[in-house]
Amino acid sequence: MKWVYRRILGAAITLFSTINIIFFLIRLMPGNPIDFIVTQYIEAGVPYEEAYRFVSTAFGIELNKPLHLQYIDFIFNLLKGSLGNSIVYRTPVSQIIFSALPWTIFTVSLGLSLSFLGGVFLGLLSAYKRNSVIDKILQVLSVSSVAIPNYIFAYIFIIIFCRMLNLFPMMGAYDSLKVKPGFNLPFILNVMHHAILPILCYFIAGFGAWLLRMRGTSVSVLGEYHISFARLRGLSSNRIMWKYVGRNAILPVFAIFAINVGYIFGGSTLIENIFRYPGVGLYISRAVSNRDYTLMQGIFFLLTFSVIVSNLIADLLYSFLDPRVKTE
Amino acid sequence: MKGYRSINRKVMLFLKICKGNPIFTVSLLIVSAYILIAILAPYIIPLDLTGKNPPYLPPSFQHPFGTDHIGRDIFMQIAYGSRDVLLLAAIGAGFTILFATFGGALAGIYGGIVDTILTIIIDVMLTIPSLPLQIVIAASIRGAGNPIILGLVLAITSWAAPARSIRSQVMSIKSRDFIEASRCLGVPKIKILISDILPIIMPYIMVCGLISFISAIYSIVGLAMIGVIPWSEMNWGVMINIAANYTPALLSFRGIWYLLAPLIAIVVLQLAIVGLSNTIEVIFNPRLRERYETK
Repeated sequence: MKWVYRRILGAAITLFSTINIIFFLIRLMPGNPIDFIVTQYIEAGVPYEEAYRFVSTAFGIELNKPLHLQYIDFIFNLLKGSLGNSIVYRTPVSQIIFSALPWTIFTVSLGLSLSFLGGVFLGLLSAYKRNSVIDKILQVLSVSSVAIPNYIFAYIFIIIFCRMLNLFPMMGAYDSLKVKPGFNLPFILNVMHHAILPILCYFIAGFGAWLLRMRGTSVSVLGEYHISFARLRGLSSNRIMWKYVGRNAILPVFAIFAINVGYIFGGSTLIENIFRYPGVGLYISRAVSNRDYTLMQGIFFLLTFSVIVSNLIADLLYSFLDPRVKTE
Repeated sequence: MKGYRSINRKVMLFLKICKGNPIFTVSLLIVSAYILIAILAPYIIPLDLTGKNPPYLPPSFQHPFGTDHIGRDIFMQIAYGSRDVLLLAAIGAGFTILFATFGGALAGIYGGIVDTILTIIIDVMLTIPSLPLQIVIAASIRGAGNPIILGLVLAITSWAAPARSIRSQVMSIKSRDFIEASRCLGVPKIKILISDILPIIMPYIMVCGLISFISAIYSIVGLAMIGVIPWSEMNWGVMINIAANYTPALLSFRGIWYLLAPLIAIVVLQLAIVGLSNTIEVIFNPRLRERYETK
């Protein structure tokens, strides 16, 4: 039980640090965005008071208060889920994010779990048939998957599948002209049709790392005595592979799931930008080009928050799979 | 004469290693070619910003990648862009590995409260997704055009992963007998770290450095693609951005080379660096090197 509390405390520390980083970046750093916007307004001829009031409502920070009270207000606002108003769209940031976040979570979680399953399966196969032709091919593929950035796969897929073969739509999450959003079959099919290429990108760019790790741990498990003993007992090769090797080898691989969650959430920024997929990654790059700092900090906060939560879930799941970590 | 002979022996050893490791040789040649092009570009390739050729020329002997939408040679842009990308990535990876070695080694050698605090910081930094953090920092600060500042931003956001593995390397070596012997002689921990542990894990740190270099290239091209880094037209990321969004490269095959050229440049460079990092341990690991020396 103590172990669980420690994990939750760790998550809380990470959340608190993220809030501090954001506050430092937008408020304390020399030449920070708040000062920058206020000066911009004043230079444009807006009265001092009004510029302050606009920035105060946008960021949810009362600029007239002393700095430590601003800090406390900021923390409570974020924890309540009010992220201020977007400077450009003039609507609450949380509203924009909640319309975008489901798209990102949908594609990223599917891509991540498919790449994990595929990588683990192929890694086990590769370890089992090590030094064979299949193993060599799989290793070359996974090294390429690790080395080549995900946006390159995105452009290659667009060129091949959208331009040459004309199989998939190039951008967006669904055709708003053809289907009506809601729980109906044409809409769901249309959404899947649009989501396949982004998911394929996460899959291709992700499976290599899983495969190499799974292969490594499986090879070391294969050298252990209980495997030789299982062979001597005459158990079938399939059973040894799944029940004896796979089960033991998958644990250390799953332990690093947490690190990859953050990485793939981060990588979604570029992928969504290329496919014009309306997730948070697309909005963060739009916020950058519009200098919409409140939207940017809101998305960053929520992305980090989702990563923290999924890390926590992965950790708790791991302790369920491998009870040894709790007594560590 | 003796010095000459020792250099000669080192060259022979190096050639032997190259002969035994074709992947290492090819990767080293490719990376050297990129560095040479980056250094020599201003002296051998005339800079042409306005476009003196017809637009959308296909690849030919004169224009290895053809020309772009306003008639500039694409190979010229790749060559000049490599200066930008390689320099920024080298600075970023350099700072990253400096921070990582510092943090990881201190946590590993001192243990106790230092280790606890550093581990918490490392865990926090590992959780925060690095590319969005880089975007937010680079967009908020005014100095993102300065290579040193950009390198620091990359390093602050990506030192945690290598720091964690360097920490565990230091800890595993710390428990060996010869370190114990030094400790008994009363050698201070920091001296043990510098003279006993760091030399042993140097090859490992170099591999971490190469991996940091790869992720630095990813970040620099990515940041340039979405326009966070101030506009410099010869960055590969900016080329991809212009080709995909401001030319019909994705809609028709006219001008597709403007998009493909930076993509190819990145893929070849990344694969070569991965090739180096996978083989470099063999070269610098003294035990494995003996094999070549005795042959």
